[in-house]
Amino acid sequence: MAEVVSLQDGIRHLLKDGDSVALEGFTHLIPMAAGHEIIRQRKRDLTLIRLTPDLISDQLIGMGCVSKLVFSWGGNPGVGSLHRFRDAVEHSWPQPLVIDEHSHAGLTNRYVAGASGLPFAVMRGYRGTGLDEFSTTVAPIICPFTGEELRAVAAVNPDLSVIHAQRADRKGNVQLWGITGIQKEAVLAGRKSLVTVEEIVDELDPRHGDVILPSWLVTAVAMVPGGSRPSYAAGYYQRDNDFYVAWDSISRDRDTFLAWIDENVL
Amino acid sequence: MESSETYTSDEMMSIAAARQLRNNQICFIGIGLPSKAANLARRLHAPDLIMIYESGTIGAKPTRLPLSIGDGELGETADAIVSVPEIFNYLLQPGRIDIGFLGAAQIDKFANLNSTVIGDYRKPSVRLPGAGGAPEIAGASKRVIVMLRQSTKSFVEKLPFITSLGFGTGPHDRKKYGLTGSGPVMVITDLGLLEPDPNTKELVLTHLHPNIEVEKVIESTGWTLKVADELRITELPSKAELEAIRSLVSAGS
Repeated sequence: MAEVVSLQDGIRHLLKDGDSVALEGFTHLIPMAAGHEIIRQRKRDLTLIRLTPDLISDQLIGMGCVSKLVFSWGGNPGVGSLHRFRDAVEHSWPQPLVIDEHSHAGLTNRYVAGASGLPFAVMRGYRGTGLDEFSTTVAPIICPFTGEELRAVAAVNPDLSVIHAQRADRKGNVQLWGITGIQKEAVLAGRKSLVTVEEIVDELDPRHGDVILPSWLVTAVAMVPGGSRPSYAAGYYQRDNDFYVAWDSISRDRDTFLAWIDENVL
Repeated sequence: MESSETYTSDEMMSIAAARQLRNNQICFIGIGLPSKAANLARRLHAPDLIMIYESGTIGAKPTRLPLSIGDGELGETADAIVSVPEIFNYLLQPGRIDIGFLGAAQIDKFANLNSTVIGDYRKPSVRLPGAGGAPEIAGASKRVIVMLRQSTKSFVEKLPFITSLGFGTGPHDRKKYGLTGSGPVMVITDLGLLEPDPNTKELVLTHLHPNIEVEKVIESTGWTLKVADELRITELPSKAELEAIRSLVSAGS
């Protein structure tokens, strides 16, 4: 059963230096506060796994927490580049960043394989692209029934998967709704999981299109109101699009970035 | 339909792209230029265009132009929200998408797309965001429409990296690589429209936007551009089209 913990204790006890950690949330419900706690605890040498590395990934990379990034789209949606990510790839600042790069479909299927307890997933993709050539976690596979050449993508099983959800009850059952992305698969693929929630309630009443993660599938739950800002939590608060635009200039320069982190995170 | 109003080249590009979409088509939308054009089409001749965004929203009807593919309004106005595995495995991969609508940083003469790096992959001079949903959208959609601004930086002889396959090196590569969709049918730029030659699959300039000289398009292309024998002129933006595009308000602005 999921244990209800503080965010501080959750990160301290569930994540150690050198671990692989998935932070998932597809534009919606991004676990920003958990990412900030990882920065505050100065975790090092992490493998960060995330379909859409955005601001939180930029911050973790810029603060030197991440030595390897597994991802499929690294940008500031609708705005442009992730400057800390680019600085790490292009200039090894603040340290070199190893990348394991996929398409969304590919990394999605890696989570599906991880969640399914299989060593790989099968898909039709990658062939003829540069990703096929450079990735070590994609390989050809022949369908035993039709002979079609397909691609196998290696399962991903993060040491810790972190997501943000709207609510949990006191037993640690978790409920999320709206755009729920890859979060269920990320939690199921994780060896451990930490869910931050907007609130903990006595009873979870049904919501349209909700996803329920039963308490026994989750390692720990921490209540962190606003834990997704400047991303959003449907039913609680909206996406702060202005901040996503502002991040472009905050993150462009190393010193401006460090000053922002110092003032807003540390 | 003709209009004497002035318009920007970006407006012309979005309007030309919107005109390619039909009502009730199922359209997988990339963010940026394609999202703007698709939402414009919904306000004009295709109110029932079914827009699919990779975040999992199906049939979203946003009143504002979304900043990202997962904006709250996309979820709130969707017919359904599904998980990301469902979007890619159940909807895209089996060939249920009519039009894949993509942007890119660079394109070559066979409509292969790069959105990954400029320079060497392991030591890039510019690291771009990467693939996202594009490779499989390009592979499995029944047809693909591409939008990007035309210059010698974006229309290049050789891509440093193929993120999404158009026609590879010619007419046989899609079959060779087992891609199920028929590939790009049109590339829409700020200068005109390009379409693949039915036999060679090399892009050919088929339309010039109004007041654009063919020399300008040739100069803005990094390979020796083929021009159709019967080069046509894109219809001028109508008053209704210009009004619609100017009423599109972006989220976050």
